[in-house]
Amino acid sequence: MIRYMWAIVRRDLLLVARQPAEMINPLVFFLLVIALFPLGVSPEAALLSQTAAGVIWVAAMLATLLSLELLFKLDHDDGSLEQLLLAPYPSWSLVLAKVFVHWLVSGLPLILISPLIATMLFLPSHAVPTLMLSLLIGTPTLSLLGAIGAALVTGVRGGGMLLTLLILPLYVPVIIFGASSVAAAAQGMAIGGYMALLAAMFVFALMITPWSAGSALKL
Amino acid sequence: MTESSWRMPRWFHQMGSPKWFYGFAGILQPWFAIAALGLLTWGAVWGLAFAPADYQQGNSFRIMYVHVPAAILSQSIFLGMAVAGAVGLVWKMKVAFMVARSCIAIGATFTAIALVTGAIWGKPTWGAYWVWDARLTSTLVLFFLYAGIMALNQAISERHIAGKATAILAIVGTINIPIIKYSVEWWNTLHQSSSFTLTAKPSMPADMYLPLLLTVLGSYCLFALVVLMRTRSQIVQSQSGASWLMQHRDITGA
Repeated sequence: MIRYMWAIVRRDLLLVARQPAEMINPLVFFLLVIALFPLGVSPEAALLSQTAAGVIWVAAMLATLLSLELLFKLDHDDGSLEQLLLAPYPSWSLVLAKVFVHWLVSGLPLILISPLIATMLFLPSHAVPTLMLSLLIGTPTLSLLGAIGAALVTGVRGGGMLLTLLILPLYVPVIIFGASSVAAAAQGMAIGGYMALLAAMFVFALMITPWSAGSALKL
Repeated sequence: MTESSWRMPRWFHQMGSPKWFYGFAGILQPWFAIAALGLLTWGAVWGLAFAPADYQQGNSFRIMYVHVPAAILSQSIFLGMAVAGAVGLVWKMKVAFMVARSCIAIGATFTAIALVTGAIWGKPTWGAYWVWDARLTSTLVLFFLYAGIMALNQAISERHIAGKATAILAIVGTINIPIIKYSVEWWNTLHQSSSFTLTAKPSMPADMYLPLLLTVLGSYCLFALVVLMRTRSQIVQSQSGASWLMQHRDITGA
């Protein structure tokens, strides 16, 4: 089964490498959304530094959602998803492998670029490690939860909008704790509790979502 | 699995048959209708006209007799939808999926009523229609969850698949509701505590909470009635042409 998952991971990474736009588009989208806030709200450093945590988290969430639509769609359209599900392995292993690639491609670049964004939004520099850590724990949770929605809307017309409707309510806890942890760090408060809760949500999502997304794929 | 020492009772499997459910629901329906009408009228008249006015809020508290049942039902229905969906997934019962789907619209309606009446009540009491308080926010998220399930149902044209998708999403949503609720409560603890939970009775006199109890029970009966009616109409749609249905007295009018 590990080999099966590894084969999917390698295949998907190869596909992304041949189509780098799939990886770059969410990142550009992330930067654009971030850039809209100073333009739309106010370019003042005092205001931006207060809202930076929330803005970055919301933008990360939207960028994740944008790329989630394609999680199973391409495989479904060319028929390979059906063949993968026919393999003698549980469907959750397929979901887990695909989610892992999705996170590598969409979540990890966001984390790597986040210090730059944080500086642009005047987030206090001592809060940057917390921002990166919270994104590191939080974005996999976003990918996992999103897999359920992506699996449910696979093969449905106009799936992208629907996916957003289905998944954003489930993202509420992640954004609350993710953004609060950064805000707490910016004020010099302890962040252990937030990180523990984020990690708990990650573990919980890891248990529940591959199974439910897998059964949704089989519908 | 066939050697399992413990089995679900016979009636449970009978309920999974559209024919049985249709007949049984047909018998129950008028009773729920009478109970809902009676309890809601009794509770509403007592609560709105005869219950004493609140010493602080005056008469504005009377919206409670609409608001609280709607809020309670909005959560119960989501749970009921998830349970029906789980039953459908485990025992592969089409009727259970139909019940789950019947819950969506009525659940969303109760959630919307709870939100709107809450906003109306909030204005005189808190001075604002909306505050980002824990309970309000989690109810709003609940409403969004209903909206998502509703949208998914409309997007999937095949009924059977839509039923399963509803079930999965309802189960995931139910697991998430406590998480959302607590995350929201920790996030913003502005919480204006509510003095009208049914578990902690003595916070108001009997003349005030008994009508509330009646309207809550009445709302449950109304919900049961609507679900039975909608499930029956789904059965009629999916089984149209089946000989048992054509001979049923509801159709023939005999």
